[in-house]
Amino acid sequence: MENVTLTIDGREVTVPKGSTVLEAAQKAGIFIPTLCHDPELSSPGACRICVVEIAGMRNLPASCVTEATSGMVVYTDSSAVIEARKTILELLLANHPEDCLTCAKNGECRLQDYAYYYGVWAGNFAGERHVYPVETDNPFIVRDMNKCIMCGKCIRMCAEVQGNNIVDFAYRGFNTKVAPAMDTSLGRSDCVFCGNCVAVCPVGALTEKAMLGKGRRWEMKKVRTTCPYCGTGCTFDLNVKDGKVVGVTSTDGEVNGRALCVKGRFGYGFIHHPDRLKKPLIRKDGKLVEASWSEAIKLVAEKLGAVKEKHGPDAVAVLSSARCTNEENYLMNKLARAVIGTNNIDHCARL
Amino acid sequence: MTNTIREIADTDFILAAGTNTTESHPIISIQVKKAVRKGAVLAVIDPRKTEVAGLAKYHLRIKSGTDIALFNGLANVIIEEGIWNENFVKERTEEFEAFRETVARYTPERVSEITGVPADVIREVARGYAKAKNSTILYTMGITQHICGTHNVFSIANLAMLTGHIGKPSSGVNPLRGQNNVQGACDMGALPNVFTGYQPVTVEENRVRFAAAWGVKDLPAKPGLTVGEMMDGAGEGRIRGMYIMGENPALSDPDANHVVHALEKLDFLVVQDIFLTETAQLADVVLPAASFAEKDGTFSNTERRVQRVRKAVEPVGDARADWEIICLVAAAMGYPMSYGSPEEIMKEIAAVTPSYCGISYERLEKGGLQWPCPAPGHPGTGFLHAGKFSRGLGRFHPVEHVPPDELPDEEYPLILNTGRRLYHYHTGTMTLRTGALEVAYPEEYLEINCADAGKLGICDGDRVKVSSRRGGVEVAVRVTEMVTPGLVFASFHYPEVAINRLTNPARDPIAKIPEFKVCAVKIEKVS
Repeated sequence: MENVTLTIDGREVTVPKGSTVLEAAQKAGIFIPTLCHDPELSSPGACRICVVEIAGMRNLPASCVTEATSGMVVYTDSSAVIEARKTILELLLANHPEDCLTCAKNGECRLQDYAYYYGVWAGNFAGERHVYPVETDNPFIVRDMNKCIMCGKCIRMCAEVQGNNIVDFAYRGFNTKVAPAMDTSLGRSDCVFCGNCVAVCPVGALTEKAMLGKGRRWEMKKVRTTCPYCGTGCTFDLNVKDGKVVGVTSTDGEVNGRALCVKGRFGYGFIHHPDRLKKPLIRKDGKLVEASWSEAIKLVAEKLGAVKEKHGPDAVAVLSSARCTNEENYLMNKLARAVIGTNNIDHCARL
Repeated sequence: MTNTIREIADTDFILAAGTNTTESHPIISIQVKKAVRKGAVLAVIDPRKTEVAGLAKYHLRIKSGTDIALFNGLANVIIEEGIWNENFVKERTEEFEAFRETVARYTPERVSEITGVPADVIREVARGYAKAKNSTILYTMGITQHICGTHNVFSIANLAMLTGHIGKPSSGVNPLRGQNNVQGACDMGALPNVFTGYQPVTVEENRVRFAAAWGVKDLPAKPGLTVGEMMDGAGEGRIRGMYIMGENPALSDPDANHVVHALEKLDFLVVQDIFLTETAQLADVVLPAASFAEKDGTFSNTERRVQRVRKAVEPVGDARADWEIICLVAAAMGYPMSYGSPEEIMKEIAAVTPSYCGISYERLEKGGLQWPCPAPGHPGTGFLHAGKFSRGLGRFHPVEHVPPDELPDEEYPLILNTGRRLYHYHTGTMTLRTGALEVAYPEEYLEINCADAGKLGICDGDRVKVSSRRGGVEVAVRVTEMVTPGLVFASFHYPEVAINRLTNPARDPIAKIPEFKVCAVKIEKVS
């Protein structure tokens, strides 16, 4: 493949032809902020926060949609670039609630990070602000369009990854907002609540309802694991705080990328549900009553052993589980065949 | 699956049979939609107008249980028009002539009569499938849950071999498996006829090897019972004790009333689960197990990818991981089974299972591995059957159309089809306790076509009693074009609408899979 070599902030960088200036900078480990850009999605070059200065070009081009060419000389932190980025942030903050104190995305918000990084305060531009009602009419996603910065990632995620085209930009000019058809709520639209839009929202406009108030993002320990529902095998992060699973967030799965479905992303509440079995139960006088592990295991071994003794090993049957791990199924197969002595082992593969 | 999930996006023709992909496998449907956006032709075979059928160029709305006729009809056109892959058939397959003779009788016109699909659509789909550079077949339980389920799969395999659409990327025969680790449970020998990696128990050499590995004198040679046969056995007194881990047959199995009676007859039932399921309520002993978030291990997905499950939190209460509980039971039965961790168990699995030989936790830390992975340095296998089938030559199995076991009659005039909904999972044990999914989707409904609703004087939202010869349930109806006249549909997720009280336990004689997709029912309005 043909390569091109360009200079970024005085450093020579070689990248495959067709790469963008942003990709070249990222390859060299040079920081350029982005809001609307996402490597998995198409690039509208809309937010302009990634502008850079390129020798010989009249304006400041957006690095995410500018192709790197041979001999190009790029500056990512010239005073013109910094001023442009600060102005963009000031304009965004002019119509953004200053509620980082209570915002669920505090600590995981690009707008907050960049404002901090560039030392930008709200209040430099005074003007009209949107006052939209916060949308909470579904059990999965909270939409606060007052916090939306119009990056459009949710729109492209829904169209280009999920393939459902539920939301798009509605209205014009200052009144532009992201909305389902007829500007209804997600709950009244054809949305299937995969939450893949939430996974790419860079600010607090889209948040997981069940995670609200459950802990700050930096308090969460993320444990990468495999989804327990269908056979696709999606990878996600369990978010853990104080020994409890308080959320599921996307990571980069081999099978699924960041995409999840409604069950995988929002169906974890069963883990700490009060109905969970917490103690062994033994039937006494027709009723299931709590027992100790040693009592329960002893009874199981005695009773299964007695059936085997009296009626032979093939009078015992074992149902293993398509919901349990490989290791557990392997042990169940060993228990049935080597310990009980029967091939009567099956599971719900046919159901 | 013979292929990898992500390969679906690069295919040119998708034949999706009996798969409600967007609801049952939402993330796989993303790849289907991607392929369609890139110009692939999608043909969906399903009596229901599912979301994925709405995306298709061809929706073949076949009469329930006529899949073999349809696949034979597609093969008939492909042979008749000379667009089959002669080289592939010659070099890679056997028994072609017998197959050719059989499908010669399945002309598009005759198939159209059996299936209800117009003959010209059969011709167009056959041409599209045969001529595309890469064609892939996706299927799920709509194909397998019939008394001829195995033959249905044969007819699919025949079509793939006839056209050579197998053994290469983005081309193959791809069953999308339903449960997180149903692939792994099969791989691990949780089946009555095989040890791990599908090594038959009937082969003496396998028994000798496993007996040596497990330190026992000998192992049983006779294949055991499948789940349906176990329930029959319990009902008849041949099975006296049962140990059920993480399954809920009282709701999930066909003719559920019979299943409950059978379980009640057992001398002893132990159920190990995370909730007191409908099955656990019948048990003599209930053992509290850890959920997936509370233990380490691996799951194998539908594309044969073995991936890590990681412990995030401690088990609730006194619950324990299933692997620990099994060890306790084994030890109490006089067979010491002690492992320090699931990683140790995986080492033993790799040692006795050729297809898992190269899999270790150390390697899985860097990412999943698709079996066959026969050696520690092996990269795993993305697609199967390149250059050669597992058995050598691919064998054509000529198969004939057989009608479903129970067809509608005057007393039970409608066909009941069962399946899944997007928001719920299996018997609802988990998804009805999430604080979110059951709020969005609180109760089940029965889909019924406008024509049938009109005849019965039923409106949207009315409650009805739907019953078969085996049992009945009450449920609200939704009048919809999703189903054709004569067909009704409900999921099996809700204990309040235990639809499997109605379903037919008649089984495929080879795979022993019950015919969940077709049984005869009647509907009466509940006042």
